Amino acid sequence: MQFGIFSVSDITTDPTTGRTPSEHERLQAVIAMARKAEEVGLDVFALGEHHNPPFFSSSPTTTLAYIAARTERITLSTATTLITTNDPVKIAEDYAMLQHLAGGRVDLMLGRGNTGPVYPWFGQDIRNGIPLAVENYALLHRLWREDVVDWEGKFRTALTGFTSTPRPLDGIPPFVWHGSIRSPEIAEQAAYYGDGFFHNNIFWPSFHVRRMVGLYRRRFEHYGHGPADTAIVGLGGQIFMRRNSQDAIREFRPYFDRAPVYGGVSSLEEYADTTPLTVGSPEQVIERTLGFREFAGDYQRQLFLVDHAGLPLTTVLEQIELLGEIVPVMRREFEALRPAHVPSDPPTHASLLAAKQTDAAAPTAATAPVPSPVAVGERS
Amino acid sequence: MSSEARSLVAVSAGLSQPSSTRLLADRLVAATERSLRERGVDVSTEVVELRDLAQDLVNNLLTGFPSERLRETIERTLAADGLIAVTPIFSASYSGLFKLFFDVVERDRLAGMPVLLGATGGTARHSLALEHAMRPLFAYLGAATVPTAVYAAAEDWGQADRPADIGLRERIERAGGELATAVTARAAPLRRDEFEDPIPFEDLLRGG
Repeated sequence: MQFGIFSVSDITTDPTTGRTPSEHERLQAVIAMARKAEEVGLDVFALGEHHNPPFFSSSPTTTLAYIAARTERITLSTATTLITTNDPVKIAEDYAMLQHLAGGRVDLMLGRGNTGPVYPWFGQDIRNGIPLAVENYALLHRLWREDVVDWEGKFRTALTGFTSTPRPLDGIPPFVWHGSIRSPEIAEQAAYYGDGFFHNNIFWPSFHVRRMVGLYRRRFEHYGHGPADTAIVGLGGQIFMRRNSQDAIREFRPYFDRAPVYGGVSSLEEYADTTPLTVGSPEQVIERTLGFREFAGDYQRQLFLVDHAGLPLTTVLEQIELLGEIVPVMRREFEALRPAHVPSDPPTHASLLAAKQTDAAAPTAATAPVPSPVAVGERS
Repeated sequence: MSSEARSLVAVSAGLSQPSSTRLLADRLVAATERSLRERGVDVSTEVVELRDLAQDLVNNLLTGFPSERLRETIERTLAADGLIAVTPIFSASYSGLFKLFFDVVERDRLAGMPVLLGATGGTARHSLALEHAMRPLFAYLGAATVPTAVYAAAEDWGQADRPADIGLRERIERAGGELATAVTARAAPLRRDEFEDPIPFEDLLRGG
């Protein structure tokens, strides 16, 4: 099972000191976090994409390529890549570039983005969010799998004889996760393609997570990718740890109380009770995280948010170190509960390459059928 | 005679306990139930006191999701065959607490719902708030409001020198009868559960 961290790249004033980090400081902090994550044995570092303050990460592939050059093992991902406002042709190019530079240590999570004003800045309209996600991904999926693409759709200029370069490393497209909080269409999309589904459940009660993941699993099986319990699921989480749980609560409370992301709502205790936010000892984080499988099933990737709400870098690095201590325990516990036929990890470049070589050696080997998408340009 | 049982939910935004708003809601419930039973229709009713959900409603606005208790209340309300909505009139309109509830209900989910409107106030001078504020809100939500809306001012409950206004009682009976008619006539709401029954992806690809 993969464990990692993700950053949404917010620039937030530290409520305990009144100090606001600069964009440059936060960008450098993210590099330090990714390197620390690799150092303590985490599997994944994921970075968000935003095009409006208070966020700095407008170009995640640039940052991830830099991190790739400064690390050796950790998988680089996004949380999320905007499939609505980015041109799918540019996504195909950028992430194939990143994949080559990072030696295959790349996957990506697609999301729609929920900030209305951002869409028109890129010539789009938030009311088309779902149709954009559907059409753009249908094109992206083809650009990574077909050397020459003729294509016509509703949202971008037609393509005739287009080849997206560079071609994916070893002919293997980066693994794709589809992230959505509450749109069943996106769970359906992930299931249709046999891709991963990620629920960033950090601000949501488990009721919603259960419904979304349940739909994805059921439809994954429906589309012939394998039993529902073998579908590839990732979850978000949000933690703040100290050895002593009371210390964790005391230290985190001002961040909870004043961080815009929580909306100044209810109490930390009440919020932690209804959402996956866990503030406490490492043992409590282990126990709570293991509980996620009760509503999401046995899953493959757990990402934690540790750097938001104005927490200073030194604190964030301490959190990552503590995470490094408990991940082996969580991995062991999760694996002990996982049925043998349920994959422990999501597909990686290495596993997809090995599968491809096995297939090439034995062309009759059974593989899960991937339905070929209906040509989007052919709608009536 | 239809023997199929129907359900009513009354939403009361009264603040005090007891409140005249709750009192009006109870009277409207009783009149509607009576009218339904006269038609041989069994009915069960739940009264929702929004004051008990006030904190949950504010939290929902700020966090974007309802507490378990609020979510269940909303689901039961939306699953009802008829709704009785009663608010005190504050500052020439429905109260903020009343509006909060209908702000967190997903749009379109009240479409076609038979609704009986009721309001209370200190003086009869605010009675048209029912027509200029409350009815447009429910028109926006696509609800099917019944023609008679009931306003009860302090004087309608009775004054020292004369008995309670017979007019209020008559309006309550008439409004209850109208809601009973609408509830009885309404076909069982057809609602697709988008999680149980998702739009097939082939349809989404075709722009469905």
